[in-house]
Amino acid sequence: MLLEIKNLHASIEGKEILRGINLSINEGEIHAIMGPNGSGKSTLSAVLTGNPAFEVTDGEVWFGGKNLLEMSPEDRSREGLFLSFQYPVEIPGVSMVNFMRSAVNEHRKYRQEPALSASDFLKLMREKRSVVELDSKLANRSVNEGFSGGEKKRNEIFQMAMLEPKLSILDETDSGLDIDALRIVAQGVNKLRSPKNSTIVITHYQRLLDYIVPDMVHILYKGRIVKTAGRELALDLEERGYDWIKQEVEE
Amino acid sequence: MQAEESYIDLYKQHAKTLGKSCSLLLNSKRDAAFEKFQAYGFPKANQEEYLHCDLQEALSIDYGLNLNRVKMPINPHDVFSCDVPNLTTKLFFVVNDQFYKKDKPAGLPEGVLCGSLNDLTRTHASLLEPYYTKLSEKSSDGMVPFNTTFAQDGVVLYVPAGVVIEKPIQLIQVLHGAVDLMVNRRLLIILEEGAHAQFLVCDHALSSMHFFSNQVTEIFVGKNASLEYYELEMDNTNTTRVSNTMISQDASSRFLMNGVTLQNGFSRNNINVRFDGEGADAHLSGMALAKNSQLIDNHLFIDHAVPHCTSQELYKYVLDDAAIGVFGGRILVRKDAQKTSAYQSNKNLCSTREAKMFAKPHLEIYADDVKCSHGTATGQIDETALFYMRARGISEQEARLLLKFAFTSDVLENIRLEPLKDRMRMLVEKHFRGELAKCAGCSAGNCS
Repeated sequence: MLLEIKNLHASIEGKEILRGINLSINEGEIHAIMGPNGSGKSTLSAVLTGNPAFEVTDGEVWFGGKNLLEMSPEDRSREGLFLSFQYPVEIPGVSMVNFMRSAVNEHRKYRQEPALSASDFLKLMREKRSVVELDSKLANRSVNEGFSGGEKKRNEIFQMAMLEPKLSILDETDSGLDIDALRIVAQGVNKLRSPKNSTIVITHYQRLLDYIVPDMVHILYKGRIVKTAGRELALDLEERGYDWIKQEVEE
Repeated sequence: MQAEESYIDLYKQHAKTLGKSCSLLLNSKRDAAFEKFQAYGFPKANQEEYLHCDLQEALSIDYGLNLNRVKMPINPHDVFSCDVPNLTTKLFFVVNDQFYKKDKPAGLPEGVLCGSLNDLTRTHASLLEPYYTKLSEKSSDGMVPFNTTFAQDGVVLYVPAGVVIEKPIQLIQVLHGAVDLMVNRRLLIILEEGAHAQFLVCDHALSSMHFFSNQVTEIFVGKNASLEYYELEMDNTNTTRVSNTMISQDASSRFLMNGVTLQNGFSRNNINVRFDGEGADAHLSGMALAKNSQLIDNHLFIDHAVPHCTSQELYKYVLDDAAIGVFGGRILVRKDAQKTSAYQSNKNLCSTREAKMFAKPHLEIYADDVKCSHGTATGQIDETALFYMRARGISEQEARLLLKFAFTSDVLENIRLEPLKDRMRMLVEKHFRGELAKCAGCSAGNCS
């Protein structure tokens, strides 16, 4: 098993958002997590990647057999966890090249591999850029600075391609994308799929799941997973909305 | 007036000794300056301009002054090489406050004077007489007449009309001594009409004694002339530096200054620009990087005395540990200075809770057809950016370093000498990595 979440509780500023999440993901699987606004979807991704704004109050998370919650955010990344941010951060003055070189080489150092030479690194950048058709001009700019919404999301998948994670969490990667950008991003994710790596797709709408087909769909509501089923659940939600789920839970 | 007393006595008793080896021009200005110093005294922390910059402790140290002009038994070339790779410069040294005479200026265009202030005010007295103390006389800062009272040497750069100096000139000022020492440094830079020069001044302390460096720089940029002036301070933590730089700009002249404080103890830089002719442009930028309990205070004053001039200021501070930064930026647009453009920006990063920043923008506008803006902001490292970087596997320490480095990048962009820009980038990175003590250019190895 790649990821095992047991009874995870987390809060921000004393307010409990996650109230006992249980979730297991095997290698090679794609899981979709859906749910209405405010149900805790983004909190789950933030807690898994170690965002210091959130406090874990109970539960355990095991990642590749290691205790994830005891690791720093950087070590979680180096162990193979990747988050495609819902709102990628602009970092003026830090070039994409320097940013990625630091990241790639710190991953390599962690695996006790030598740093990449400048030419090998640039070759890798070129190769991975083509996965999401990212303009070479963007790669020479500051991280996300002045990127359009679509470019930012493509840049996230580009970074994912560079770092080759075991588990990728795509947090609302479809929000703000037009249909062409959505297709490019989804194709990028599919190209990077292997029987070894897994993906969590967090989304409000079903449309991304037309392109990235999940093995399982979970519905998160009020900080708990209230329903788990196959792909058909997503289609069901598209048609009927979330109200019937809410009603079921309230009963 | 306790600290002042001993220097007042010193001058009264030793005025003759002091003037013995000096030119008539230097000596002719002493008595009037001494009067002024007695009236002003040293700057005090109860004066608004020096509110966060108390010199009292530094001035309580009993410094020696080298009034008898004893030669320092060092060859600065041997103990120090501050070469900027790929930057060919005309290189000169000042050891403490004496011009190092073994360097003969060679290969400079005809008519250019670059050398000892004491010598050149002797050989070219009538040329330099109209300039020496012309700007400094107007200063109300006690450190300035103090300097004029005690100055015995320094550096002159004179560029005649229409002459363009292709290669940058680099001046390295070293502090060296076995006792606590006060030096009074003096620079006089004159560009006549249409002249162009690039001047780089690097300050270094070669021993760990207490040093007090009191510098006065007068700069005249003539009609259509352009000067790029770079300053880099890399002294030791026991150094107090007070620097007064006064610039007069004639019509359509351009002046660019970039001042970087990388390593210091206690530094106060006063920079005063006065526009004396229309259509002139001044671009002032600077960066102050401080850690431990260092203090860096930059006070800028731009006097828009005439119409159609432009000034731009960009100053950035990165403060670690319990360092203190002070920025004062005063812009005065006088009544008739229409069509003035003046922009000021001061941004600061306090990377610990103990670091302190005092910033005071100050615009006084008496003309009605002007474009002026100012902005100052002090903050911490951006936590969302920090987390984003860590989530990509970059260690917290490295991420902080990249963010601090990024913060300073636009100041470095204002350096127009590419090799110097590369060198500065390297030095700034070393500063943030805490490796600056192992300064590569310094074979003396005892910078601290």
